[in-house]
Amino acid sequence: MPSITKPIAAHPTALRNALGLTIRDYEGSMSTLCAGCGHDSITAAIIRAVWEQSIPPHLVAKLSGIGCSSKTPTYFVGGAHGFNSAHGRMPAIAAGAIAANRDLTYIGVSGDGDSLSIGLGQLCHAIRRNLHMIYVLENNGVYGLTKGQFSASADMGSKSKRGEVNRMAPIDPVRLALTLGATFVARSFSGDKEQLVPILRAAIAHRGFALIDVVSPCVTFNDHPGSTKSYLHTRRFSQHMIEADYVPKAEEIVANITSAGTTAVKMHDGSTVLFRSVPKDYDPTDRAKVSAYLDQNQNEGQILTGLLYIESDSVDLHQANDTSETPLRDLPYEKLCPGADALNALQDEYR
Amino acid sequence: MHDVVKTRVNDFAIKLANVNGTGSASANGLLMQAIFRMGIPVCGKNLFPSNIQGLPTWYEIRVNKRGYAARALEYDMMVAMNGQTYDRDIKELRSGGYLLYDSSWPLDPDLLRDDINYFGIPLADMCTKHFGEPRERILMKNIAYAGALCAALDIDMEIVNALLDEKYSKKKAMRDSNSKALLLGYQYAKDHYSCPMPFRLEKMDANSSKILIDGNTATALGCVYAGATVAAWYPITPATSVMDAFKSFCEEYRKDPETGKNNYLILQAEDELAAIGMVIGASWNGARSFTSTAGPGVSLMNELLGLAYYAEIPVVVIDVQRVGPSTGMPTRTQQGDILECAYASHGDTKHILLFPANPNECFHMAIQSFDLAEQFQTPVMMLSDLDIGMNDWVVPRLEWDNSYRPNRGRVLDSEGLAKIAKFQRYNNEDENFVPARTLPGVDSKGAYFVRGSGHNKNGVYTEIPAEYQEVMDRLLKKHSAAAKFVPAPLIEKREGAKFGIISIGGCDPAVREAQDVLDAQGVPADYMRIRGFPFPESVEEFLAAHPVTFIVEQNRDAQLKSLLTLETGIAKDKMKSLLFYSGFPLSSGHLVEEILKEIA
Repeated sequence: MPSITKPIAAHPTALRNALGLTIRDYEGSMSTLCAGCGHDSITAAIIRAVWEQSIPPHLVAKLSGIGCSSKTPTYFVGGAHGFNSAHGRMPAIAAGAIAANRDLTYIGVSGDGDSLSIGLGQLCHAIRRNLHMIYVLENNGVYGLTKGQFSASADMGSKSKRGEVNRMAPIDPVRLALTLGATFVARSFSGDKEQLVPILRAAIAHRGFALIDVVSPCVTFNDHPGSTKSYLHTRRFSQHMIEADYVPKAEEIVANITSAGTTAVKMHDGSTVLFRSVPKDYDPTDRAKVSAYLDQNQNEGQILTGLLYIESDSVDLHQANDTSETPLRDLPYEKLCPGADALNALQDEYR
Repeated sequence: MHDVVKTRVNDFAIKLANVNGTGSASANGLLMQAIFRMGIPVCGKNLFPSNIQGLPTWYEIRVNKRGYAARALEYDMMVAMNGQTYDRDIKELRSGGYLLYDSSWPLDPDLLRDDINYFGIPLADMCTKHFGEPRERILMKNIAYAGALCAALDIDMEIVNALLDEKYSKKKAMRDSNSKALLLGYQYAKDHYSCPMPFRLEKMDANSSKILIDGNTATALGCVYAGATVAAWYPITPATSVMDAFKSFCEEYRKDPETGKNNYLILQAEDELAAIGMVIGASWNGARSFTSTAGPGVSLMNELLGLAYYAEIPVVVIDVQRVGPSTGMPTRTQQGDILECAYASHGDTKHILLFPANPNECFHMAIQSFDLAEQFQTPVMMLSDLDIGMNDWVVPRLEWDNSYRPNRGRVLDSEGLAKIAKFQRYNNEDENFVPARTLPGVDSKGAYFVRGSGHNKNGVYTEIPAEYQEVMDRLLKKHSAAAKFVPAPLIEKREGAKFGIISIGGCDPAVREAQDVLDAQGVPADYMRIRGFPFPESVEEFLAAHPVTFIVEQNRDAQLKSLLTLETGIAKDKMKSLLFYSGFPLSSGHLVEEILKEIA
């Protein structure tokens, strides 16, 4: 993908994170997406979240498939390795990468075409494997690079730029993920950084697969009247269902936990996700209740956002396989090769 | 009764016709293993259906004191245990041969022939009488005919008993049933027939430095010894047993003695699209990683093989070939993926291929696949096939040199990065046109963006024609450079040879035998077995040195010959194809007949 290198020059008074790095140290190349693209706002939120989490850039690995959204890993954390793979195949590449080195922070970026059509199978299986990664699905309901075809997330009745009406039911990644046993499910809006950054930080802290569906309007092909993924529509119908804060390990929890149904979820790294406000009878740690709530309320055309579900003590791929704590790729060959004596002994069985 | 004219020791073939799923494999394997332990060269071919229970299945055992290990075409003994195939089976028995049948019932008219000997054993009767459980009655019929064959062929009963002891060391009841059935068949044969029969076994000492192993097991062992830690796969016949074996070897050798944790991870993927993606991801991240599959899986992997080729990521694919196209005949053998693998993917792509001919080579070439993949930062495909992969072969013991260390190729760590001003992924290639790579999680200075989209030598996105071409041209040179590193062809010359034979993989035993047969008939031929692609220079030299060369391969479309035509400067009229693609392993008889016809 085309990109333009940005000069790194931080203002002397810029804020620094625990590693002494400024937010500029977490930027990447200049975006070449259309001006006003929702994806660029998400990129900015990712940069902020990774910076705030003080993750050394080289310990981040960025992965994507193909599409407008999949271009964006070039635009954040330039000090990290990135892999812009093939259409719909990022989850498999991520699975292999995670298998090889369990110690990195994996950020996958995908779109609704990449994740819900060509790569739907791979997304489902990445969820099932509970890969320890953040999976940001930049959802605009449209194929941008091929100029405006409906994607599988286009809502029934939604109109394309050319006036066609979508007659097929959409695939909702949030409800799909809940059904498949996803351990962290969120929805947000690219224009809502206040909500998105804490969700991303919680996702980074989550040990398992963190799906974040972010409605991200396409200004060029899907921002017209009749579209249900336009800025106007999303602003009008999106509703913060859940207010959640991310509280790092070191910070004291000062929020006032008084409202009914408020929950504090301890993450495995010692941080806390603090649910400040949730609907009555809603429990973000109860999959069945979350599913039921979404089934009942989302059909009204509302776009319910927030960190919707979390299972903080889930078992990820490596735990399920009882894999070495040392990343597999760092194991010395001497530990891996059984040697000549073992081979000789073994061959006595093949006689 | 007809008598076999003369006694033949350690030189005959038997065929066992069974019904799939009745437990015959265990009896047939027992016979094969017992003959092997008697020190006699032996080969066994399992010709089985794509089915769990009910369809016909055959097992062939060929004993040959000179060590010829290809399939036989004529049988001295037929064990006819399957009524569905009596008519076919009876025809394959040579005149004067013996037919072992279940004499609990009158002889089936389909089995009548006036030029053969009948060796009836009342298998059903004796098993019904001596065993209670219905399933056991069926299973033990197989062991009973094995017992009869022990008497007929003079198989050492001490060895057979030792094998049963080993196999059922923890299952005494099974051990007892097997012994009983074995003895029932053995005793009946002894009591009612003149045993041993004219073709029979005598102990030799040909196998003291040999093992009996299938190619898939040896391949898996190679992957363990290569240091592979991540494996991804989707179940497919005939490759499944590669991963089954890899798993069991890992359970044995890869549980960390200090932590008790697993020093490996096997991912059963949702399909082959994902399996190859996982291998790419793991290799990108610095682990030795591989997948095992068959032709249909390679078809699905085509897209990402192109990505790995273009982005220069090491990948090891074990392709255990089966009969195509489409689903084809999944349990039959073929060499039908040569062209598919050589140029897998869209755009200009070329891959490194290795062609093992037996399980011993499967072990060593699996290891070499990893070394080449990392040295050249590209996909390497090892093309085994069902015959090599799933049949037990007698091969030299596997040797291991403890000083072996993997060739991880050019990888820059922080120290290496500190010595250069700026890291550029596809720049500064070595003498083999291979640039240095960096691994994620090591150093920000080595960070770059892997992409399947057009990139220049710095690894940066490009659509500039000259920049794109520069990388593509280097990739071609890199592929050519690998010719010096793939396993060299093996050449067997014969005095006065007027023509050459080139072959590949599992055709080898049949071609070597044919070479001897032809020589004995005054038609000497030189033989070259190709073991890697890109072709080393000696391939072209061999073709140039012979006025005509027969290209022997197991597919319809002369894929090896096509590849030779495309990739060498030799005119295609200097090559003549001998093609066998029925799905069964090759026999020397096929070759001799065809070659004599061609040169007449």
